[in-house]
Amino acid sequence: MKIAVLAGGLSAEREVSLRSGRRVAQALREKGQEVIEVDIDADLLPELRKINPDAVLPLVHGQVGEDGSLREVLDVAGYKTVGSPSAAARIAFEKPIANQVAAAAGVTVPKSIVLPQEAFKSLGATALLESAISSIGLPMVVKPSHGGSALGATVVKTKEELPGAMVTAFSYGSVVLMQPYITGTEIAVCVLEDKTGLTTLPIVEIVPDHDLYDYDCRYTAGMTEFFVPARINPDIAAQANEIATKMHKALGLKDISRTDLIVDATGNIWFLEVNINPGQTETSLFPQAIAAAGLDLGEVFLKLITNLDR
Amino acid sequence: MTNNANGSRLDPWVQAYASRATSMRASEIRALFAVASRPEVVSLAGGMPFVEALDVEMFRGVVNSVLTKDSKTALQYGAGQGHVSLRESVLEVMRPTGMTAHPDDIVITAGSQMAIDLIVRVMCNPGDVILVESPSYVGALGVFRAYEADIRHVAMDEDGLNPTAMREMIAKVKAEGKQVKLLYTIPSFHNPAGITQPQQRRSEIVAIAEQENVLIIEDDPYALLSFDGVIHRPMAANEKERVVYCGSFSKIISAGLRIGWAVAPHALREKLVLANEAATLCPSNFTQMIVDEYLRTQDWLAQVATFRDIYKLRRDTLLSALDDHMPAGVKWTVPTGGFYSWLTLPPGFDATAMLPRAVTHLVAYVPGTGFFADGQGRSNLRLSFCYPPPERIVEGVKRLANVMSEEAELLKTFGVGGN
Repeated sequence: MKIAVLAGGLSAEREVSLRSGRRVAQALREKGQEVIEVDIDADLLPELRKINPDAVLPLVHGQVGEDGSLREVLDVAGYKTVGSPSAAARIAFEKPIANQVAAAAGVTVPKSIVLPQEAFKSLGATALLESAISSIGLPMVVKPSHGGSALGATVVKTKEELPGAMVTAFSYGSVVLMQPYITGTEIAVCVLEDKTGLTTLPIVEIVPDHDLYDYDCRYTAGMTEFFVPARINPDIAAQANEIATKMHKALGLKDISRTDLIVDATGNIWFLEVNINPGQTETSLFPQAIAAAGLDLGEVFLKLITNLDR
Repeated sequence: MTNNANGSRLDPWVQAYASRATSMRASEIRALFAVASRPEVVSLAGGMPFVEALDVEMFRGVVNSVLTKDSKTALQYGAGQGHVSLRESVLEVMRPTGMTAHPDDIVITAGSQMAIDLIVRVMCNPGDVILVESPSYVGALGVFRAYEADIRHVAMDEDGLNPTAMREMIAKVKAEGKQVKLLYTIPSFHNPAGITQPQQRRSEIVAIAEQENVLIIEDDPYALLSFDGVIHRPMAANEKERVVYCGSFSKIISAGLRIGWAVAPHALREKLVLANEAATLCPSNFTQMIVDEYLRTQDWLAQVATFRDIYKLRRDTLLSALDDHMPAGVKWTVPTGGFYSWLTLPPGFDATAMLPRAVTHLVAYVPGTGFFADGQGRSNLRLSFCYPPPERIVEGVKRLANVMSEEAELLKTFGVGGN
């Protein structure tokens, strides 16, 4: 089978995507597949026409890659593509909208304030930030409303730190999300979909060296400790699995997803976000879950590709 | 509870690394530079020589000639000090600067970067003090960190490294019970500051180094790339015992060949040769011989003139575009050679925090913090004019101006800095 693995692009997660792409491409080659890696740009469609792949596997992160645009283009061009349809991707990509879907599905979502830069300009930043602190409290997490790898995210502990954190977040996007900083056990639940339905993989527990599972901790081996399966009560684990499958269905996702959650001291499980195109680098969570399940990265992706004929 | 007490850090050696590896980690800035390599982005970031100006067919002939004349030597190990014939040719390359030496004084290295590494390897124990300009070359700072040196920045003015500040820093270091071991300086067309030290300033700096018994590393990779016809005489031309001179073919022939050199006092040079052998056995014989054949058979000075004309036009284009598009309050240096201009942003601007916005707008620069070992430089950035063609430089500056305009709005909204 000839498979086009799409990676790279122009988002800040380009490097992560290229690493994911290389890793999965190699894993598929080891399974005897013909794999062509494509760094997406304006020549994508002519390039794909030249390759004429049997299937396309997009591993592009960030805008275009995860906001449904790329999938829309691939669908229009008629390629069999792994992953979530564009309509679902659009919703999952925007964290505030995904939060609403989660809340409507009965999942516990941290209180959040979502505001565009324009609102601060028009209504006065000082008053809005004071209101945000009154409403959410400190410490809080400030992050762009979309994008991954915690780029632009800051844990704000004092009110003096808040304006700087806003500037950092707005450097990555025009809308910012403010949420309380929830302490607890950070976990990730990976979901795979096949003909028989949804399967959850062993839950990954994340213990970063920093307050936040930030870019450094995500991509520097050694800066985060992982426990797979997570050191959580089986009842909690079952609930977490249920939340992840519920989110996969509620958002209309396909094939693969990863739901990030936090379990607080009282056992409440808080929804953080869903990733439709989780990272597959050496330090990413999904490959760890696959390995803990006794599966093989190449086999997993090959199965997703062969399932496209279902 | 599940029985899973032992986690994994995905790195079995996490407890074993040397302390000097602590700062070697992934960073958002590096992630953004990955985007800068895409053709859609106008990269004013990396200092890549414009190698497209070389005649590839001519170069193919040079490579063929090396293999035809003496492939046995070219493909074999060589001497740790470097190829003798190339060391002779280096004298010709240094001649326009007024720098003289004997071929035996020269050590060929894998780029001048390796020469800096070898000098520090031979001279510095962990904690030894190295003075550097403020800002300084990021690659040299990386070497100094790797050898766990105590890096101290010395202020610059419009004539480069400030002698008064140098004296004050030396006094401060002495007061701490330490001694300054080395001074690292780029006197001509400084990277990243774009400033050149006049001769009088060089003499003052050498005099202080004499008085305080400090060895100077003079990094001079841009020596021949002067835009105003003035080739500046290196410090080492006047003071060979006090100064180790580092030269490079990266900017005047090709960075891909990885050939540079050091001119060092006799005893130090002997140690550099041994250190070179310990590090790499020998520099690449093949690329050394390519450089030597090129220098001996081609009009290399004409090629340097071609590079110089290209870079001068690009420098002029950059400065003109900055004049036309930069908002009030931004200052920049006017280089008379080399690759770089150094920008100082108005109060409140943070070039590191602004980089994601710039990359989104498809323009890249290097934030100033990379050129400091102590966290300074947040309000600075370096622009390279060497690689993009003039029309792209103008487009890049326009994009940067838009980025700064948006950033100014953001800073004003949140009352950050001086806005």
